[in-house]
Amino acid sequence: MLTIAGRDFHSRLLTGTGKFSSSAVMIEALEESGSEIVTVALRRVDLVDPGDDIMAALDRERYLFLPNTSGARNSDEAVRLARLSRAAGGGDWLKLEVTPDPRTLLPDPVETLMATEVLAADGFHVLPYINADPVLALRLQDVGAAAVMPLGAPIGTNLGLVNRYQIEIIIDQARVPVVVDAGLGAPSHAAAAMEMGADAVLVNTAIAMAPDPVVMARSFSLAVKAGRDAFVSGLPETGSPRASSPDAGLGFLDKS
Amino acid sequence: MEIICNGEKKEATVGMSVEEFIISLKLDPETVVVEFNEALVGRDEYPGKMLEPGCRLEIIRFVGGG
Amino acid sequence: MLAAATVADVHRALAARRPALTDLAALLSPAADGMLAEMAARSAAITRQRFGRVIQIYAPLYLSNYCVNKCVYCGFSADNSVKRRILTFAEAEVEADILVRRGIQHLLLVSGEAPARLGVDYLVDLVVRLRNRFASVTIEVQPLGEDEYRRLFAAGITGVAVYQETYDRDLYPRLHPSGPKADMGNRLLAPARAAAAGMREVGIGALFGLSDWRIEAMMIGAHLLFLRHQYWRTGFTVSFPRLRPAAGAFAPLVEVSETDLARLLFAFRIFDHDLGLVLSTREDAAFRDGIMGLAPTRYSAGSCTAPGGYSHEHEAEEQFAIGDERSVAEVCEVIRSHGFDPVKKDWDRCFQAVG
Repeated sequence: MLTIAGRDFHSRLLTGTGKFSSSAVMIEALEESGSEIVTVALRRVDLVDPGDDIMAALDRERYLFLPNTSGARNSDEAVRLARLSRAAGGGDWLKLEVTPDPRTLLPDPVETLMATEVLAADGFHVLPYINADPVLALRLQDVGAAAVMPLGAPIGTNLGLVNRYQIEIIIDQARVPVVVDAGLGAPSHAAAAMEMGADAVLVNTAIAMAPDPVVMARSFSLAVKAGRDAFVSGLPETGSPRASSPDAGLGFLDKS
Repeated sequence: MEIICNGEKKEATVGMSVEEFIISLKLDPETVVVEFNEALVGRDEYPGKMLEPGCRLEIIRFVGGG
Repeated sequence: MLAAATVADVHRALAARRPALTDLAALLSPAADGMLAEMAARSAAITRQRFGRVIQIYAPLYLSNYCVNKCVYCGFSADNSVKRRILTFAEAEVEADILVRRGIQHLLLVSGEAPARLGVDYLVDLVVRLRNRFASVTIEVQPLGEDEYRRLFAAGITGVAVYQETYDRDLYPRLHPSGPKADMGNRLLAPARAAAAGMREVGIGALFGLSDWRIEAMMIGAHLLFLRHQYWRTGFTVSFPRLRPAAGAFAPLVEVSETDLARLLFAFRIFDHDLGLVLSTREDAAFRDGIMGLAPTRYSAGSCTAPGGYSHEHEAEEQFAIGDERSVAEVCEVIRSHGFDPVKKDWDRCFQAVG
């Protein structure tokens, strides 16, 4: 059971709702993913073509909305978006994203820490999206983050766990759930993150942009379960077995 | 009168409330959040909040996102 | 966990890149009883990789043997009719200067628990006098409150050791029948308070020879894991003092052999690669020399456990008898002969931003 901010979840796959070709495909893919948490974004309504309303399309009883602050370039903008989100009925849950670099969309650690402190004190359950920086992850926990969301690889790259070693350190040190986010391009990447001991993963592009998003959603769901089971079971250590030294130099012991 | 909504100039009639304006855009007031001159407007205030000439409205709602 | 571990679990623990508490259990379990050589090899490899070829040297300075506790195993127990003494600041400075001349730069201040005579005010005033003569000054005294630790840190004390003696809930009250130390929970939480107060380094441990060494070690491991998660800015050390003969003639309740002690050191090195492992002069020279480079990172040297003992030998009673009587210079020479560098400091408190 995954527990974030005191709430229990059966599924360890969080799914993003962006980039789907239609609401119908998105709804079917989310069902197939088994996800209980879905991320959404806040945007100005397009006055010319308002389009479908995601609030109406998704069953709020079934899915916890995790609004993000995508588009925020600094702490002030993120805090403003968070409060708008709450006013819009988004609740207290928040995936905090502060991405000043429009090219890489990598998160700003300084602004993210500032915003987390403000928002956690304001009663939000803050899940900050961060580069895989272990010290930053600890600092965020110290100011009240409900979980941390290190990126496996820069968003949209589908590269998998390029920050593998750093994420391992984050997991080993964490006092809150670790959700690996961004860059997971294949179910095997998600499985690898879960095998490492991540508490959950968040996937959007790899499902939404797949030729068959519904089948891909199921694949990720199975991969996350497989990876989690493997972690719980315990994986064998890799590498060649260490030859035991016949002369370990222990002759000094208990000679009396 | 002219107001600014989501960065665009829009025509609105004098005496129109925020709620009426939202409905005129064929949006459900329950699913959007509104900033009036950069200040958040509570949902229960929509009917009583009157538009003013040159006021700036932001109408925001949830969309798909990762 | 201890009873269920298999030889396969021990092999896994030996190879673990990210060891968990279950791996520590495997290494301490009977399943690993015949695998000391493998553990030594793995421990030595990790120690060399993480710490290089250096051994830190420190010396204790015993300030007082007044004590209001009646720990049944301790030479300073209030029930023992030993000559009591507390050093004046001038006397403590004389002792400290002897250690400075011997090349000691890491000083450990030690005392019995008698807060009316030796409390935070005494320690603050003393460390202000001593701090510029040493690279670091740490304490092993009674458990204190977080605010008290904060005061001490601001005054120049950078490390705290509070050993639990035993984690055994049934045994603890019998061994600590009266005095403030009878409060087991207060002692247990002291390392967390010291870390919360910003101490650079916090030491935990148990006195081995009181209760089952495997279980005590598992409790230390769990305690360490908790502290690591809560206080990630703090460095941690573990010590495994073995009960030695002392005035009052308390015989160890359980036997903990040198092989067991070596096993403890190896297991903790494999469990926590970056852990400071302290080996005091309680152990004899042959053991300390033999295990050099295999796990411990810190040795005391030239220690005397009686207040005033560096300037006036044999005048006050010792807390426990010393196993390694060699001088600082002799210990350093042995360290060098093993191909290690005896490091007398690794941090200068002058760099510290004191709040």
